[in-house]
Amino acid sequence: MLILASKLFIYAILFLSLVAALGVVMLPNLFHSALSLVATLIGIAALYLALQAEFIAVVQVLLYVGAVMTLIIFAIMLTHRIGDQTVPQKNQQSLPAFLALAAFVGMVSTLILQSNWPVSETVARVDALALGKALLGVYIFPFEIISVVLIAGLVGAVVIARKD
Amino acid sequence: MDSLFVNLKKGLLDFLSSFLPADFVMIASALVSIIAIAILGPFTMMYLTWFERKLISRIQNRIGPNRVGIFGLLQPLADGVKMLTKEDIVPDGADKVVHFLAPVVTVIPALLVFSVVPFGRNMAAVDLNVGFLFFIAVSATTTIAIFMGSWASRNKFSLLGGMRSVAQLVSYEVPMVLSAVPVILATGSLSTVSIVEAQSGWHGLKWFVFTPWGLVAFVIFYLCGVAECNRTPFDIPEGESEIVAGFHTEYSGMKFALWYMAEFMNVFTISGLTATLFLGGYQGPFLPSWVWFFTKTYALVFVMMWFRGTLPRLRVDQLMGLAWKFFLPFTLINLFVAGLWFFLPTRGLRVGVSLALLAVSFGFLVWVNKPFVPEKRMYEFAE
Amino acid sequence: MPIPLEHILIFSTLLFSIGLYGVLVRRNVIGILISIELILNAVNVNLIAFSRVHTLNPEMGQVFAIFVIALAALAATVGLAIVLALYRVKQTIYADEVNLLKW
Repeated sequence: MLILASKLFIYAILFLSLVAALGVVMLPNLFHSALSLVATLIGIAALYLALQAEFIAVVQVLLYVGAVMTLIIFAIMLTHRIGDQTVPQKNQQSLPAFLALAAFVGMVSTLILQSNWPVSETVARVDALALGKALLGVYIFPFEIISVVLIAGLVGAVVIARKD
Repeated sequence: MDSLFVNLKKGLLDFLSSFLPADFVMIASALVSIIAIAILGPFTMMYLTWFERKLISRIQNRIGPNRVGIFGLLQPLADGVKMLTKEDIVPDGADKVVHFLAPVVTVIPALLVFSVVPFGRNMAAVDLNVGFLFFIAVSATTTIAIFMGSWASRNKFSLLGGMRSVAQLVSYEVPMVLSAVPVILATGSLSTVSIVEAQSGWHGLKWFVFTPWGLVAFVIFYLCGVAECNRTPFDIPEGESEIVAGFHTEYSGMKFALWYMAEFMNVFTISGLTATLFLGGYQGPFLPSWVWFFTKTYALVFVMMWFRGTLPRLRVDQLMGLAWKFFLPFTLINLFVAGLWFFLPTRGLRVGVSLALLAVSFGFLVWVNKPFVPEKRMYEFAE
Repeated sequence: MPIPLEHILIFSTLLFSIGLYGVLVRRNVIGILISIELILNAVNVNLIAFSRVHTLNPEMGQVFAIFVIALAALAATVGLAIVLALYRVKQTIYADEVNLLKW
């Protein structure tokens, strides 16, 4: 009974995340679509919790919702013009894009449902300790490269956005 | 006496399990914790407002509320009735849905954090194994709510206050997390209950505040927590004499009460978490564990209110300079010193090297951040 | 695995295609950046779902999910810096109004 309720809950999370994602691309007001993106990101974090990846769920909320969305909303506020409500938000390619993507989703879903995925039920729990050991053990090279890339991105963003 | 609340909850669940199937008892257990937190949160906030008003008035040499009940103890109830019956004004050009949702979205993280705070032995509502990171992540979502509130009010003061507030919150999160990392290094776990248990033994001398890196980390974490709650001396975003009331200018009645409630719940959780991380949480002799926890938390809340009554407000550039130019380098050096603490062999060497490094870096950072005093102007008068 | 793996993969395909629709169709440059974030999130969902079902190396999926989150944050940062610079010069943030090679 509880298992059925938890399955229903997970399907509800997936459905609500998809509704919020649709809101992101279809809402005319840009601030509302940024808020829908926040809802989608929180829904995806809830999905990670249901898949027992708690560390990644918390990191997703911290980095995406706490930092990236703050940045995006700052940029929206700095570049907003009041007359934006009457300007159309979609360009002329909306119908071809929709048809092409519907075909894409149809094809990929058929492939997914027909292939036979090797699923094993009992997987070791990955907690913060195992992730830390992996990041500083096997995956040390991408870890160091990411820190260099982050510094490059930070300096680059400051240089590009500087007023001179 | 120590496990009074734990036994109460177990008794209630045993009573319920006599006529409910096992699945419902699990749901009932979660519901009991949720109801306890939902009662504790607003009740704490109400009596924190009373405590603040009495304390600040005594610091300012006046008496404070004393008409509504003995010592003004029923004042929060009167305030609650006032806020519920005030007219709810929404500005004309405001974005109605977002204006309505902003205070709601602020209260949700403030309440969620209560679930990882360990109120006593075995009394944390949920013992997540990423408990501390959960607290940081959920407090980071407050920035979105402040953006919503300031943007939807369509008021230039609100927008300015909101952007300053978000800049302050985001800047002070970084030293806050970095200053708590030595504690996690020492404990080896992110769970708040394990952090408290790692400070047990030696009659309280193993609390992290009694180590050099722990003392520095305690002070920095607490000050960054004060900045996260938008309290004086960091309350530029809501300073009444600066920008009207910042991002909650256009809110009245129950919505303002929700913003206010979220701020006081944040005060309580920041103090509670500082006590958990550095002051040994619920540990102490003789008295029950939850009495110790509330004593330590309220002592830190008292210090926060003392700051409010005593210190003037920092300017925006001083505030941001403090976070980025002073706290951040200091927490990085503190992390290095905490790492050294665990690798140096003898006790004397450890204490000596840590204190020396921390003192030198503190002196250096104070010297580097000294405000630049321009040379005196020479006035030449026309003859 | 509480729900079948295929359902999560179909969810991430749908999320990816909604994001791709946003990139192709929206005129506002910040709207395009927001849709790119949706695409990167769909990829992360796939990584985490697969890390849940493989016994051999379960932390690989989560480590790469962390890297993708960091790189997505970085892409948003640099993209928004470019948007701010563009707004300062051309006073517009609509992608179809920026159609000159040299101004």
